[in-house]
Amino acid sequence: MHIMEGFLPVKHAIGWSIASAPFVAYGLKTINKRIKTNPEQRMLLGVAAAFTFVLSALKLPSVTGSSSHPTGTGLGAMLFGPTAMAPIGMVVLLFQALLLAHGGLTTLGANIFSMAVVGPFAAAAIFRIAKAARLPFTVSVFMAASCADLLTYLTTSAQLALAFPDPAGGFTASFAKFAGVFAITQLPLAVIEGLLTVVVMNALVRFNTRELKDMKVTGELAVAREAQA
Amino acid sequence: MKRYQNLVMVLAAIALVALPLWMVKKSAPGTDGKQVQIFAGADDTAKDLVSTLSPSYKPWVQPLLDPPSAETGSLLFALQAALGAGFIGYWYGCSSTRAKLNQSREKTVGC
Repeated sequence: MHIMEGFLPVKHAIGWSIASAPFVAYGLKTINKRIKTNPEQRMLLGVAAAFTFVLSALKLPSVTGSSSHPTGTGLGAMLFGPTAMAPIGMVVLLFQALLLAHGGLTTLGANIFSMAVVGPFAAAAIFRIAKAARLPFTVSVFMAASCADLLTYLTTSAQLALAFPDPAGGFTASFAKFAGVFAITQLPLAVIEGLLTVVVMNALVRFNTRELKDMKVTGELAVAREAQA
Repeated sequence: MKRYQNLVMVLAAIALVALPLWMVKKSAPGTDGKQVQIFAGADDTAKDLVSTLSPSYKPWVQPLLDPPSAETGSLLFALQAALGAGFIGYWYGCSSTRAKLNQSREKTVGC
């Protein structure tokens, strides 16, 4: 999902930076506020950030014969809400843009928007809907994480298609081409991201039962089950 | 079942990574004699697609630092993963030890 340095026209680069900035600023505010009122959740914030660090560093081979990486932003979005992930995603993207020539400073805004805004918001929304529909907890977590992963890559495809419409077919044809590169490669990786997120979430439910209940991630049910165990 | 749930999921994730390696076969070198590269990054494929969609487009900025070799690049990616995995391991160690200590304390109080 990294758009490479210089690969967005100036207007698009500026536009996406302006679009992402308020999310990062508001996210920093929510993180600060939460750590102040609930210092015991610091450790969980660290786990959410660490999970994004690991997953976005893993470039995995996919069935299409090309490699791509998961994003890991769904977990944090379910724990802390979608806005908290914008600054965390920015740290990861900045690290890769500055040191690895992976992504770039001019495309940072666009990359933040796909990985650290659209993905987390999708994860939080799907998680909430799935819980409201009374789906099992693990199924909700899996769906939220994997859909967020996939939507991140569809966003990147749309961003590139907007900047580089197909000479004949316009935006739609171009979007189909970019999505063909990104989204199909991403399908199995989205499943992997969903599975790994459930594994970490299971551990969180086991060891941080009280915090997860405070954060309204799990209901009374999980706590009661934990007390029995 | 619940006990093995995590194990099964991790194994499934590993299988999903391993299967493409085994399924996707390298096709023969093209007429130009160039080796076909498989499992290249999707990000780079998209970069090439930009060049075909608008051949006149020239990237207007170059990356500040480009890892001098693939080895240096993978060093930094490994470092990034190690930082994250290290922290998760630290949290897991702390948490499971705390849970164990709490359990043994409850037992002694119970007696």
